[in-house]
Amino acid sequence: MHTPEQKIKEIEKQEYEDLINQAKPKPNLARNMVWAFVVGGLICMLGQWMINLMLSRGISLADASSATSCILIFLAALFTGLGYYNELGQRAGAGSIVPITGFANAIVASALEYKREGYIFGVGARIFSVAGPTLVFGFVIAVLVGLIRVFLS
Amino acid sequence: MVPLYMAFLVGGLLCVIGQIIMDATKPTITPGHILVGYITGGAILSGLGLYQPLVNLGGAGATVPLSGFGHLLVQGTLKAVEQKGLLGAFSGGVEAAAAGITAAIVFGYVVAVIFNPKG
Repeated sequence: MHTPEQKIKEIEKQEYEDLINQAKPKPNLARNMVWAFVVGGLICMLGQWMINLMLSRGISLADASSATSCILIFLAALFTGLGYYNELGQRAGAGSIVPITGFANAIVASALEYKREGYIFGVGARIFSVAGPTLVFGFVIAVLVGLIRVFLS
Repeated sequence: MVPLYMAFLVGGLLCVIGQIIMDATKPTITPGHILVGYITGGAILSGLGLYQPLVNLGGAGATVPLSGFGHLLVQGTLKAVEQKGLLGAFSGGVEAAAAGITAAIVFGYVVAVIFNPKG
């Protein structure tokens, strides 16, 4: 089955892979975690500051949370357009992805990428290349939970 | 009111979990998977009644991450089911999350039209 040539090829392939693994920059897990924690924490803290401000003006918690989400989404979309959010994301990793600002960033980034395909089926469609799957799974679980509740009651 | 440092701690920890998943599974799990995973995870935990305690503890630290969006969808659904029954299962989620979804689509579209891709 294995001729000597094949064996040599396999060894060469292995050596090549080892070489690649040596040259590849190792992800620094500890540093990535600190960045994700601090940036993600700060984004949430900014949200809490807005919510507390609105609560102190007599706005309900549900409305304050919704308004805060809208403001954070607006800011993230704007900073993605200006090119700053992706720069932050290169360091912050999940710290800039997990908050709702990361959702807004994904929407704008994928829409921008396909801008040359036009404003209707380029930007208009690609907005949903990440937002679509996210909403699909959110809706499906929500309806399932709702149905379970209906049939249990 | 939830103190700011609790939002920082809880939100930071939720992001660290995402970072560990990404670093451990690189390059299989993309940022898109993280978004889908968080909204799904948040929705399931919310359905089991396990996400609300996290919200009580961390406020925006639990609601600003996308898992909080899943929680919002599920809690909106459950509330609507109590009021309207079966119809509520289909209307409640989007009703509760309407502002965020609309803001994301409208601001996302406007920004993508105004700005050009960098680099």
